[in-house]
Amino acid sequence: MPSQARLPQVTVMVNRVPVVVPSGTTVAVAMVLAGQACRTSVTGEPRGPLCGMGICFECQVTIDGKLHCRSCQTLCRQGMELDTEK
Amino acid sequence: MAAAARAAECGVRVGIVDDNFSLGGQIWRSGSGNDQNHDKRNHPEPNVDERNDEPNDDNQNREAARWAHRVRISGVTSLCGLRVVHQPETGVLLAENLDGFCELSYAKLILATGARERFLPFPGWTLPNVMGAGGLQAMVKSGLPIRAKRVIIAGTGPLLLAVAAYLRQQGAEIAVICEQAAWGSLARFGLALCSWPTKILQGLQLKREIAGVPFAASSWPLSAHGDEALESVTISRAGRVEAIPCDYLACGFHLVPNVELPVLLGCALRDGFVEVDDFQQTTVSSVFCAGEPVSIGGVDLALVEGQIAGLAAAERTTEAKAWFGHRQKTRRFAQLLDRTFGLRSELKSLPTPQTIVCRCEDVSYSRLRESTSWRAAKLHTRCGMGTCQGRVCGPAAQFLFEWTPDSVRPPVFPARVETLAAIAGPLELLPSEARGEH
Repeated sequence: MPSQARLPQVTVMVNRVPVVVPSGTTVAVAMVLAGQACRTSVTGEPRGPLCGMGICFECQVTIDGKLHCRSCQTLCRQGMELDTEK
Repeated sequence: MAAAARAAECGVRVGIVDDNFSLGGQIWRSGSGNDQNHDKRNHPEPNVDERNDEPNDDNQNREAARWAHRVRISGVTSLCGLRVVHQPETGVLLAENLDGFCELSYAKLILATGARERFLPFPGWTLPNVMGAGGLQAMVKSGLPIRAKRVIIAGTGPLLLAVAAYLRQQGAEIAVICEQAAWGSLARFGLALCSWPTKILQGLQLKREIAGVPFAASSWPLSAHGDEALESVTISRAGRVEAIPCDYLACGFHLVPNVELPVLLGCALRDGFVEVDDFQQTTVSSVFCAGEPVSIGGVDLALVEGQIAGLAAAERTTEAKAWFGHRQKTRRFAQLLDRTFGLRSELKSLPTPQTIVCRCEDVSYSRLRESTSWRAAKLHTRCGMGTCQGRVCGPAAQFLFEWTPDSVRPPVFPARVETLAAIAGPLELLPSEARGEH
């Protein structure tokens, strides 16, 4: 998309693998783009964003060591380290 | 935003708290420009009148831009990425963001906490890439590529059409829209729209935007399938069963008001909604409420109620009264929505015994069926005790089992220990005098 080409790119680490996304992308979207589930449920199911608005907590990701961050409401920043939550 | 701008324009010192990274709540969620409307949102033409031949989303963007402009120039302080978790003492809110917390003191408070989608469980609904209808829209606004992706939209209400139109505009292939209401209800809805000419225009506009998209009434998802993520959905379509491969399933069964914070502050509810008087004032005199927590009425009603609340909080009662007629008319539309899109009983049979109802604690339908009340279910299964505090499973359980939810306890959202440690005394609700009880 033409407008996306104009946006600066940002590299984040998803489970220690670099992923490049346009600036302004949320962490939840970066996880989906990386093909990674955000978290694993109590019985071991892979889970991803559901509500997209910070209510359901299915998008919980560890960001730079901080647990239980709502990734759908967090913007990607250069060098962020994102880890799937158990 | 409407409440804040109006109050600030009266000379009052105003702050807005929005837990997203920019203002606008959900309906005007601006994302940060990764969808095709970025330029229109960030280069608004405030003097151009709404053009009814333009996509609905453009009109919304212009409306949003106008209010954002008013918020900016009226000197409102915007606090984004901040979430209120508790009110440790009257007039002081405790709020948290990614990095820390703060206390916000106020003389008057206007709550516009909006609504969330109601999710109904069915086999496979926990697979990644099954999202809310508004949820998928929010993700696309936040940069999720959707061009050439196959999407099924299911559930109920005009939101499905609005989401379909938006996603299509972003290049998605909408395989089908599954509306659970019957054609009879929808036809009656269409006829009733005659009282709202603007709505008819909006409706016709929406119809143009989704021309050619298959639409099925009396239709709902039966199950979602996939290995690590969604691969296909089986739907019921007027009694017939159909399996459809897709990349995303966007499903939402109407909206549920976010009344947790109002209840925590001692505001009384009526029929599950925040009780307010003509000036949008709740049963707590310093607290006003506008929009979805008062009634599910959409953006038009929220804007009117927001303005009334802002003016009333600024003690401009005469100016507030000038909006009463407009609110009355807009409210009737909200009531029509309620009647048309009520949930059918067939949806209660969607979950199988193994279907998970509480996603935070992985509690299955069969385990919940053994309980006789929401409270009993919480105690025996932990349903509703997980991170979302019953925000997802609560409305589902209410529909499936006809349970009523019980009281709200602080913190109203999960909060870090260091934030809660800042409170001097024990973590209590306000004293009962403040709640109007004795």
